[in-house]
Amino acid sequence: MAKQYRSIGEEVWKNKVEKVNAELFIFTYGSLVVQLIKDYEDYHSVNKQLDKLGYNIGVRLIDDILSRTNLEKCKDMRETAEVISKIGFRMFLNIAPSVSAWSADSKEFSLILDDNPLNDFCELPPRAVQGGLWYSNVLCGVVRGALEMVGLLVKVEFVRDVVRGDEVSEIRVRLEKVLDEEVPVGDD
Amino acid sequence: MAIHSVFIINKAGGLIYNRDYSTNIAKLSSNEALILAGTFHGIHALASRISPVSRSEGGKDTGIQTIDTANFRIHCYQTATGIKFIAVTDPSYMQLSDVLARMYGLYSDYALKNPFHNLEMPVRSELFDTKLQQLIQSS
Repeated sequence: MAKQYRSIGEEVWKNKVEKVNAELFIFTYGSLVVQLIKDYEDYHSVNKQLDKLGYNIGVRLIDDILSRTNLEKCKDMRETAEVISKIGFRMFLNIAPSVSAWSADSKEFSLILDDNPLNDFCELPPRAVQGGLWYSNVLCGVVRGALEMVGLLVKVEFVRDVVRGDEVSEIRVRLEKVLDEEVPVGDD
Repeated sequence: MAIHSVFIINKAGGLIYNRDYSTNIAKLSSNEALILAGTFHGIHALASRISPVSRSEGGKDTGIQTIDTANFRIHCYQTATGIKFIAVTDPSYMQLSDVLARMYGLYSDYALKNPFHNLEMPVRSELFDTKLQQLIQSS
């Protein structure tokens, strides 16, 4: 199953998406983060803003994935995790984070980013590390927004990041609630 | 032309796009179109509720896919995010899911990628209008 997603992801990456110069993308993101730090002067607010930005991206990007891949509905969280990694991350960043550290109830897992393009060229000043900045926090928002649109409410956060001096970058995803489909909206 | 009109319904049952592509069909007022969208959304939800095959048995919950009459056929394609793409065609059109899936592609490209487009709100994009028109003429 995992192999199948891998080939779908690679197929989409090769043939169906527009590419953009990586440096342009990295610089854009970098200047965005730096500007947010200047504007908010507080690293936790910056994390929050990045997450919000990511959320707004995620709620749109999910349809881009689905309209290009013709995927079936995932049966469980394990399948969802594979799709996020092998198709989602591959399609937009050309990386496929490894999925690991499942919780006993199969509702929580980690995405280990061996290579995060956003981190290229980035060296966090000690102030930012102490202040608690998660440089690539936008990714958390993206995953959260995308999953919410298919009825999965999740909590997503960075727990480790190479630019903060950790060995690997790790995003923790926890399924909080599955929204039932087709529930008629309230009368109000 | 065999595709008479197209509707797009958001996940709450609101009509976010509709266009007629042939001249010889009865025009719906915007209010009637809204009612049609809401009604279809409702019966679609009902259809997946009354399915005798339970979800756990591997039955896919597709809701309504086509509605047939002697003079026209309604095709519906629902995405995993709950958007419905609906087309009214001649009854001779048996299968339209490919075209509807391509409409989904156009929607994600030209509506969702426009930063000034609000999710769940009506699609107002000339580019989308043109591309959709081309798609419909070619199919």
